[in-house]
Amino acid sequence: MTVEQAGLVYKTTSEIRGPILMVEGIRGVSYDELVRIRRPSGEEVTGSVLDVSRDWAMVQCFGDTSGMDLNVTIKFTGETLKIPMSPELIGRVFSGSFEPLDGMPRPLSTDLRDVNGGTINPAARDVPSEFIQTGISAIDGMNSLVRGQKLPIFSESGLPHNMLAAQIARQATIPGSEEDFAIVFGAMGIKHEEAAYFREEFEKTGALSKSVMILNLADDPPIERIVTPKIAQTIAEYLAFDLGMHVLVILTDMTNYAEALRAISIAREEIPTRKGYPGYLYSDLATIYERAGRITGKSGSVTLMPILSMPAGDITHPVPDLTGYITEGQLILQRELSLRGIYPPMNPLPSLSRLMKDGIGAETTREDHSDVANQLYMAYAEGARARGLVRIVGVVGLSERERTWLEFADRFENEFVKQGPYENRSVEQTLEIAWDLLSILPEEDLIRVREAYINKYHPAHKSES
Amino acid sequence: MSIVGTIERINGSLILAKFDEKPKIGDLIEVGNLKLMGEIVRLSGETAYVQCYEVTSGLRPGEPVVDTGHPLVAELGPGIMGAIVDGVQRSQTELWNLTGPFVSRGTNIVPLNREKVWSFEAKVKAGDKVVGGDIIGTVQETLSFEHRVMIPPDQSGTIKSIKSGDFTVEEVVGELETADGIVPLRMMQTWPVRMGRPTKERLPLVQPLMTGQRVIDTFFPCAKGGAAAIPGGFGTGKTVTLQQIAKWSDADVIILIGCGERGNEMADVVAHFPELEDPRSGRRLIQRTVIIANVSNMPVSAREASIYMGVTLGEYYRDMGYDVAIIADSTSRWAEALRDISGRLEEIPAEAGFPAYLSDRIAQIYERAGRVVTLGEGRRIGSVTLMGAVSPPGGDFSEPVTTHTLRYIGTFWALDTELAYRRHFPAINWLRSFTRYMDVASRWWSQLDSGWEDIRARALRLLEEASEIEETARIIGEKALPDEQRLVLQMAEMLREGFLVQNAFHEVDTYCEAEKQVALLKVFIDFYDEVEPLIRQGVPIERIREMGVVTELLRLKEKPGTEPIDEARDLLKVQADEVAEEYEVTER
Ligand SMILES: Nc1ncnc2c1ncn2[C@@H]1O[C@H](COP(=O)(O)OP(=O)(O)OP(=O)(O)O)[C@@H](O)[C@H]1O
Ligand SMILES: [Mg+2]
Repeated sequence: MTVEQAGLVYKTTSEIRGPILMVEGIRGVSYDELVRIRRPSGEEVTGSVLDVSRDWAMVQCFGDTSGMDLNVTIKFTGETLKIPMSPELIGRVFSGSFEPLDGMPRPLSTDLRDVNGGTINPAARDVPSEFIQTGISAIDGMNSLVRGQKLPIFSESGLPHNMLAAQIARQATIPGSEEDFAIVFGAMGIKHEEAAYFREEFEKTGALSKSVMILNLADDPPIERIVTPKIAQTIAEYLAFDLGMHVLVILTDMTNYAEALRAISIAREEIPTRKGYPGYLYSDLATIYERAGRITGKSGSVTLMPILSMPAGDITHPVPDLTGYITEGQLILQRELSLRGIYPPMNPLPSLSRLMKDGIGAETTREDHSDVANQLYMAYAEGARARGLVRIVGVVGLSERERTWLEFADRFENEFVKQGPYENRSVEQTLEIAWDLLSILPEEDLIRVREAYINKYHPAHKSES
Repeated sequence: MSIVGTIERINGSLILAKFDEKPKIGDLIEVGNLKLMGEIVRLSGETAYVQCYEVTSGLRPGEPVVDTGHPLVAELGPGIMGAIVDGVQRSQTELWNLTGPFVSRGTNIVPLNREKVWSFEAKVKAGDKVVGGDIIGTVQETLSFEHRVMIPPDQSGTIKSIKSGDFTVEEVVGELETADGIVPLRMMQTWPVRMGRPTKERLPLVQPLMTGQRVIDTFFPCAKGGAAAIPGGFGTGKTVTLQQIAKWSDADVIILIGCGERGNEMADVVAHFPELEDPRSGRRLIQRTVIIANVSNMPVSAREASIYMGVTLGEYYRDMGYDVAIIADSTSRWAEALRDISGRLEEIPAEAGFPAYLSDRIAQIYERAGRVVTLGEGRRIGSVTLMGAVSPPGGDFSEPVTTHTLRYIGTFWALDTELAYRRHFPAINWLRSFTRYMDVASRWWSQLDSGWEDIRARALRLLEEASEIEETARIIGEKALPDEQRLVLQMAEMLREGFLVQNAFHEVDTYCEAEKQVALLKVFIDFYDEVEPLIRQGVPIERIREMGVVTELLRLKEKPGTEPIDEARDLLKVQADEVAEEYEVTER
């Protein structure tokens, strides 16, 4: 993983507790340094120092500790976990702890980067504002993504989040620009077939030659997941801020990452907060997510799309909850929509893109974009309310107005949200569909749209002029 | 002689060290070969527990620690305004210039620029007797902001000499003869951040902090010198609302503390504030704003310090006689920092892992808000208003930070996820929010319009009534309700869309002056008074909805000034008459 260095070697492990090892009688070990743990069989895993005093160190192991006994050899490397950077990383496939999986040699470079990365100085950040067209109406129309944004997909098992992420990766473009995205794909505990799906998708579109894959799969050591997203982000930062590329990072599934963090916390006997997760889960996730962005004076960008499953569909579960508090919005997939045959099963109401306002408008998409999105939200919320009412009083119990909202909601889901996994709509098309749907409503109800835009874009007026 | 020692143990941000002599709790420490910044948070026997403000990777037991002998202080003087600093007052812009776009460690830069020359104008002369807090001179700190240089709180005596002219913050501008001898006078002073700056007297609050946000100013105002909290789940609008207040409120100074939140949000403020103008003074907003950015991926311990830093800077400007608004986004992240440090110290946790002293710490911070008579001769009055976002886990307000905060604040803006989902922003729930400053606000508003209290109360009643009727409507459907009740529902809808909803990103709607707020609310109540008799006399609700004036009313908020409101009222009269005629309604 790093250039071999003469380090300090000990065989004085006194305790193994889950992924944690206590090593005694050590000297000169530094906090957070990389450790190599070798079993008598010669098998080696890595770890890092979590807590250190003058004569003992607590080490977290990134690999499997099952079957391990106190007879392991511990080597302190004197360095934090670093990985070599070079343009040759592009097109490669690695394990969750950066071992080559593609039969090619380990990458060589003297340019070693700490996987923890640095903190972008907030004053040096450039506010992300370039609209990315994903070709998906529910995103482009109402939750637009911009370059350098961190926008997660909250999903549940069995929902097509992979299909959606792949579609975004395939279709994402900046209108009027030729540049593609390079993709860094970090997998934490996903199934082989899921990883294979992404690989095929990237292969089909030629994206594979511009991607780096870091794969920790379901049967790989769970604790390794603790470093996987950090490796992915380190590579992304290098591609973006050193090589000037626009990088899309997909990290899936962040819930598995959080579980690895929890396992270590429990082994350390830390005071848990909600559902056993440590109190620092928020800050820890932030150190991963906040590495996305743009930097003033640098041409590249890191756009981050983490995917995470909400256990039992619960959005208040600590992982989605704390993610939402860090990321710049969220795209929410719901089983209910999926069951009704709607792909992508994305519910726009709880979804949000906070950076949308900077990316859309007359100069980039269209002047009415923001108002139209706002109106769609309101109308769909009214429709959803009417739908709730129907369950109690039946359609006959609805007022004329409520019936119109209801019709809007149904058509909105089927014509606006629903689209094919290979259907790539331009933002103009998306806005046209939106206007068609809004024209079901009485014009007086379109108060979130400026009058000037109604006169210009409403189908009834457009045909007049 | 500084006290030195060595590192014994490193557990994340917590360092255990042994010193050769006894250090003091709260002392600032240089940690390790890199000279990272830290602070002693506990002393136990031989061991000092140091919370380190920077990332501790690579530190080794045995490395040196040095006690600076003083606590974490804020440097106070010209050069604060318009800056972006981290939680321990290091200029982020300067760090960027020095070390590049990624934050580096152990770069110790002094908070106030030592080279910059300011034009100091003396306001006292030799022979004048002065006490702590007296203004001895002024500096134009930004184009429109006058910085008032004061005698430090603990000094007094006779001015021996003083001169106007160009000085750096460290240069001597004069001399003060005190009981203990002659001391030099400089523009810069320091103050320990964890200690409130002294004042002469606390005063009752008399004025609302006007924000240009309708639901706040009209329904749930905060007073100048008061405290407010805005809790809500993610994406419900805490940051946007607080930034709206930072932009449009009538405070003289804004301290914006980005405490454990997003880097891009800070960058957004840095990018946009210099372009924005204060609607009252016409000056650039950045000229009255200080930004403290300790974002989520910066060390947690410095996040804990950032709020105290912000409040201290605020108190300093208050002492000059200004109205200061301090905004902390988010106090929950500060509380989590407290929890993190407490956990590493192995303290016994109380609720949700927070230390038992959480409530006291929250109280201590909000206690530093207030309207006061400052130190110094005469009665100079200044205020600190404190507003904090709260980010409850799962959006559940029953958690410790929200519940403890509730005890110490006067205004509570409860954000509502359902409203946010339908993009009703600001998503301040009008049934769950409250203010304890109503008397202050009533007095102020009634001077502007004597009918204010009445129309506000009527509007609130309509909203409350509507929510009760909605309960019934949810069971039997709106259609089955009598038209009088349906009218109340329609009124509530109009008030929501036409008054409460305020788009922060709309060029006109982003700020609504007080005059327009009253006029707007009044015209909605007028509408009700015009059509309610019609409904009572049998005009169907559908006909009322069809009145063209309804859309007019809903669009008034997007139109500048109050003139369109008067026009709409005329239109309302005409259309009401038409309906009355149509249905032969006579009694109105
Ligand atoms: N007054 C407003 N006008 C228009 N849009 C708003 C307004 N308030 C909030 N929003 C919208 O809601 C989004 C989320 O708001 P904001 O970032 O303030 O939430 P928050 O409560 O601070 O969330 P978090 O806790 O995650 O930081 C904004 O990006 C914006 O799109
Ligand atoms: Mg926020």
